[in-house]
Amino acid sequence: MAGVQVANLSRSFGAHKALDDVSIDFADGGFYALLGPSGSGKTTLLRQIAGFDFPDSGRIAIGGEGVERVPVEKRRIGMVFQNYALFPNMSVADNVGFGLSVRRQAKATIAGEVQRALDLVQLGKLGGRRPHQLSGGQRQRVALARAIVTKPRVLLLDEPLGALDKALRVDMQIELKRIQREIGITTIFVTHDQEEALTMSDRIGILRDGRLVQEGPPEEIYDRPKSEFAATFLGDANIFRGETTGAGIRLPDGTAIAAGAGATLAAGTKASCAVRPERIRIATDSGTPDPNANLLRGQVSKRIFAGSNSTYFVDRDGQTLKVIVQNTGVERLAEGQEVVLRWSPESTVLIAAG
Amino acid sequence: MAGQVATGSRSGLRSALPLLLPAYLWLTVAIFLPLSAMVFFSFMTELPLSGKAWSFTLDNYATFFSQGLYWTLLLASLRLGLEVTLWCVVIGYPAAYVLAKVLRGRSREAIFLLVILPFWSNGLVRIFSWAMVLREGGILDTALNAVLPFKINIDLMYSYPAVIIGLVHSYVPYMVLTCYLTLQAIDDSLIEAGRSLGASRLQMLKRVIIPLSMPGLVAGAALIFVPVVGSFMEPRILGGRTGTFYGTVIEDQFVAVFNWPLGAALSFILLAVVLVILALASPVLRRAA
Repeated sequence: MAGVQVANLSRSFGAHKALDDVSIDFADGGFYALLGPSGSGKTTLLRQIAGFDFPDSGRIAIGGEGVERVPVEKRRIGMVFQNYALFPNMSVADNVGFGLSVRRQAKATIAGEVQRALDLVQLGKLGGRRPHQLSGGQRQRVALARAIVTKPRVLLLDEPLGALDKALRVDMQIELKRIQREIGITTIFVTHDQEEALTMSDRIGILRDGRLVQEGPPEEIYDRPKSEFAATFLGDANIFRGETTGAGIRLPDGTAIAAGAGATLAAGTKASCAVRPERIRIATDSGTPDPNANLLRGQVSKRIFAGSNSTYFVDRDGQTLKVIVQNTGVERLAEGQEVVLRWSPESTVLIAAG
Repeated sequence: MAGQVATGSRSGLRSALPLLLPAYLWLTVAIFLPLSAMVFFSFMTELPLSGKAWSFTLDNYATFFSQGLYWTLLLASLRLGLEVTLWCVVIGYPAAYVLAKVLRGRSREAIFLLVILPFWSNGLVRIFSWAMVLREGGILDTALNAVLPFKINIDLMYSYPAVIIGLVHSYVPYMVLTCYLTLQAIDDSLIEAGRSLGASRLQMLKRVIIPLSMPGLVAGAALIFVPVVGSFMEPRILGGRTGTFYGTVIEDQFVAVFNWPLGAALSFILLAVVLVILALASPVLRRAA
């Protein structure tokens, strides 16, 4: 096991900068998600760490050893591919044992290790099957067993759950996390699914256009996004744009919004505030006034019922705000109703413009 | 493949009949009827032309077994087929690999065209071009002597290697095409997965790529081996006196000696031998494929 350090990594394909000066420290034994839209460079970064492609500049170290010019077959990594990439001409056991047999280990050793790996992914009895006889979830487990049986220093997963249906995906998320904990391997996981990133990882790195936008634990990125992109890509956010007053912003129409978190900015510069939809309380009257709370008035334009919660779209001064309310059965607001929105400054994050 | 067709439902077959009929009608009229006539001829003493008397006989088949010459020629032709097939694998498979897995876009199209091009040229033209290249004082001989400081004499014309060269040239595109198709179907992520598990390129080739492209190799080998065993044009033109093979003897019976019954009998013996070889090889080939 080993940590992975990526420092100032850049890679261009022609004029396209796939990775632009990316630095991340993946600590030993951690579970990391690389999150970003397609074309953000997350897969390029994973392939650089794997060694399928070499960087133009920058450093990659696995367990403190520089590997940026070491080809993939010498890097001692384990990789799970989106389409599983199982060898169709081999049985499940031969697939899992492939990494050991190319290292010319004894047959008995291989058989033992393969069985242990298959037991770990709960496929102990399916060693004799062929990949095409397995379901998607089972193939996924075989691919995982094959990747970890060689005891790699780091496990790389390229959208491993992308091809599974929703229910199976949730099962596999839990399963993958359990296995990762059990063997304690540093795991780097590429996904475009924000929910997957939030539920599974210890830390998340958000990429956009080849740059690392923000990196940190899921709660930190969710509660303290450093850019409008991070705020809207990981979860939903209402964004207000205006000028900073130091402790918040003033909207163009003069309304002040107080922010209790985020960047410290010089007054007078352009800035935004981000508020999560579930942090806003919605009511038909002002109620007991709380002098500290942010307050806006608007009109419900649409309500979407989703079982446990409802989403209200509230129009206000040309902007549509999103509010998510748990369905406690107390009150339901009708479309067209005038409402008051309130939320605390602590739920408001100040973000520098740009 | 055959198994899948056989399991097709009965109603599926009925609705497919109008689609199958033209092809089978054509095969019946154009191939099966003449072929049946040939089977008929092979059991006759004489061709029933210009009122010659004829009767049924097994002599034509007996000739093959009573004269060691035909047996020797058949073995030589089988060996020729094996060697040409082998050379086509050695030359064609790497080319197919590069086409399928290394080249992309326009350069792939260009190289592909170069592989197919000999296909589109006339067979006789191709063989006579080789004759010009291989003979003493020919293109190869002159070119080598222009470059090399010492005098050498390249005269491959009318030799066994010349026959091999001509046949390999004619048939290698089959191997490239069949192997290209199976190699292209191998997902690149399989190769990447193997490398991430620590396999060298040679290990990947041996354990994953060749096994997965076996159907293409087998199809290519069958497409090449069978016609080469019966070939007569290349052996005759490029082989000269050394180019007497089973196929040229059959051709002689039809064109020179006018002994159609013997020619037909020899053809069907060849067909039977080839079928037996393919049948014997099929369990091995099926496992490989």
